[in-house]
Amino acid sequence: MIPELGHFALWLAAAAALLQAVGVTIGLWRNDEGLMRLAVPSALVQALMTVAAFGALTWAFVVSDFSVKLVATNSHSMKPDMYLWTGVWANHEGSLLLWVLVMALSGAMVALAPATLGPRFRDRVLSVQAMVALGFFAFLLIASNPFERLVPAPTEGQGLNPLLQDPGLAFHPPLLYIGYVGLSVAFAFAVAGMLEDKVGPAWAKATRPWVAGAWAFLTMGIALGSFWAYYELGWGGWWFWDPVENAALMPWLAGTALLHSIAVVMKRDALRAWTLLLAVAAFSLSMMGTFIVRSGLLTSVHAFAVDPTRGLFLMGLMALYIGGALTIYALAAGRVAEGRQFALVSRESALVANNLFMSAMLGVVLVGTLYPMALEASGGAQISVGPPYFNRTVLPMLLVAAILMAVAPFLGWRKSATGHLASRLLPAGIAAAAVVVIAVWPLGVREIGSLLGFGAAAWLGVASLSILVKRGLTLNAAGMALAHFGVAVSILGATASGALQREALVTMRVGEAIEMGPWRAELMDVRPVAGSNWTAIEATLDVRRNGAPVAVLKPQSRVFVAPPQETTEAGRAGWRTGELYSVIGKPDGTGRWQVHFWVKPLVRLIWIGGLLMALGGVLALGGKVRAGARRRSAVAEGALPLPQAA
Amino acid sequence: MSWTTRALWLLPLLLFTGLVVLMAQNLGKPQQAVVRSHMVGKPAPAMALEGVAGVPGLATADLKAGTPVLVNLFASWCLPCAVEAPQLKALQARGVTLYGIAVRDQPADVEGFLAKHGNPFGRIGLDPGGRMMIGFGASGVPETYVIDGRGVVRYQHLGEIRAEHVPMLLAELEKAK
Repeated sequence: MIPELGHFALWLAAAAALLQAVGVTIGLWRNDEGLMRLAVPSALVQALMTVAAFGALTWAFVVSDFSVKLVATNSHSMKPDMYLWTGVWANHEGSLLLWVLVMALSGAMVALAPATLGPRFRDRVLSVQAMVALGFFAFLLIASNPFERLVPAPTEGQGLNPLLQDPGLAFHPPLLYIGYVGLSVAFAFAVAGMLEDKVGPAWAKATRPWVAGAWAFLTMGIALGSFWAYYELGWGGWWFWDPVENAALMPWLAGTALLHSIAVVMKRDALRAWTLLLAVAAFSLSMMGTFIVRSGLLTSVHAFAVDPTRGLFLMGLMALYIGGALTIYALAAGRVAEGRQFALVSRESALVANNLFMSAMLGVVLVGTLYPMALEASGGAQISVGPPYFNRTVLPMLLVAAILMAVAPFLGWRKSATGHLASRLLPAGIAAAAVVVIAVWPLGVREIGSLLGFGAAAWLGVASLSILVKRGLTLNAAGMALAHFGVAVSILGATASGALQREALVTMRVGEAIEMGPWRAELMDVRPVAGSNWTAIEATLDVRRNGAPVAVLKPQSRVFVAPPQETTEAGRAGWRTGELYSVIGKPDGTGRWQVHFWVKPLVRLIWIGGLLMALGGVLALGGKVRAGARRRSAVAEGALPLPQAA
Repeated sequence: MSWTTRALWLLPLLLFTGLVVLMAQNLGKPQQAVVRSHMVGKPAPAMALEGVAGVPGLATADLKAGTPVLVNLFASWCLPCAVEAPQLKALQARGVTLYGIAVRDQPADVEGFLAKHGNPFGRIGLDPGGRMMIGFGASGVPETYVIDGRGVVRYQHLGEIRAEHVPMLLAELEKAK
């Protein structure tokens, strides 16, 4: 009964979205107040009904109702309780339901937030958002019904992919989806801005909190995903340039560029057309990324469903939305293009430089991700593009961007003096030089790329901290400084974990030890252990540094019962901000075991940096919301008086 | 506004249209999970690898001796490599010349592996850096290559050799003559 109610609620939500999309658009077109007024209530109904549908599906998973096909194919009664909950979105249909849930909730937030650009603009935004949501409702109801029943109902489910039975799963997809879908609000604002001719500083001010919020969630989602891959997949790495990682990285790069260019529109009313394009691109890339990995166009661990019909449906939706938005852009960009001029050395041009770097990285990642597909389509050979390509192209750009990033916040708007830069950046320069010297000696790093990484991290980190000294602690400045500082922390972590890492791969008997510099890891024991739905071989490694015990690692090689599958659980332990990491492999049959042992100093800084970035975004968001509440007093930030909207 | 500016606004739409066409063409094509080597039909990579476990090493000249040979990329740490050992023995019994390349391995480990599973190889090249994996375009171990008598790669077998693959490999060797 409850699944049917959920199914019904989903239809009602779709009906509300239809009303909100079509009714409100007609109202806007004919200037019919009555129809326009439908926007807010229908957005609220849509959100309420979607919550009900999601609740119904969750209920089916939690009570293990195997008469629901989705539960039967993706769940198992032996699964630990937590994964009964998270299993809801660990499959194609459920994750789409989560997608529309987040979309409907953000629609409700737009409906309830103060309409700073007037009710007509808000209704326009809601109608655009409903059009996007409508497509996904249609996709769910027509091609991927999560509430489909199985007759007769099986007594047991087929289980959840063991890789997905992890606490990381509880947060990684929802965070990413909030990020992706948050960008849909920016998309709706951009389309509405073009249709209503409202693009200007006031528009930017209204849009920016959505961008900042979505960006913060996306950052957290990516950081968590990277952490999850690091400890779950057991490959000893934290970023693999897998298509699905690129799919999340591309909207993030576009979102980062958007976050910076929208500041230029807000403060200086320049770069309007470009900002619109970025807003359209950010959400388009979110949709495309999801589509590419889900449709099976590219091979990935995240491809839930390889079903050409579904792929075609999703592609149709995508073509409609992105194509539609870009058509509006082609028609409207000419009207909004004119902006103000600025000098070469100014905050604006620094932000343009940011945009150039972000866009260039975006282009590089896009080409790397799609090139194998394009080559194959044109009758060429099958290739795969791997880390060497991405590392050689993206890392140098990232390095230069990091160096510029330290300077940009010290520049003034419109036209900047440069005399103060030397004294402001002196501490950063000293820190960079000192860190490079420390890296060369005593740490013995010789590789030029790593040294540049260390230098850039110190330079950016110290410069970001000194921003606070210069500008005082407004929430905005603190948010920006914190986000930039987070980038520096991540660069430091990434550089150090590569340059200072030690590893050993040996086959050893119980009682033997790996010696690696000051480190010694002794294999104490190998024995079978069992969990609620798996059995495993577990090794016990006693790790000592200069003779003092540091940690006991327990890597496992797990075999899951349902579905039958082997996974590697790395044995990890923190050591300062670094990690000790070990993986147990196969026995060689003569009593020896294959053990891979890593010491990765500072590696946790990568994810800590990501969280700092996200926190910076949230702080800046708080600044925006508070500034909005204090009406237009944001001028007090030291910028020029805000020009009126065009 | 000039037409070039107008064309510029259209550019994103045009690029996106191209992308959609591209994706539409690829949609529904079966996934190819294996990556085939591009070295098939080309000369095997140049090598001069040291021997191991008392077996002589492997060099490019050994692949140009006039008769087709099998080159097997294996490693002591690789479980499927142990699984295919009986099939390699069977091939050897049928008079096939087998050369091995021990990828990312230590001499002591290779010795132990051969002691346990037997040695079907006439020559074994030790490749501690795994360079030959790139040289042959291998996507993993084990992989087995048919090299004709002139040093040219003729056939690539991905993964372990199972009993049913033995006649196939014999036929490929015959073809390469």
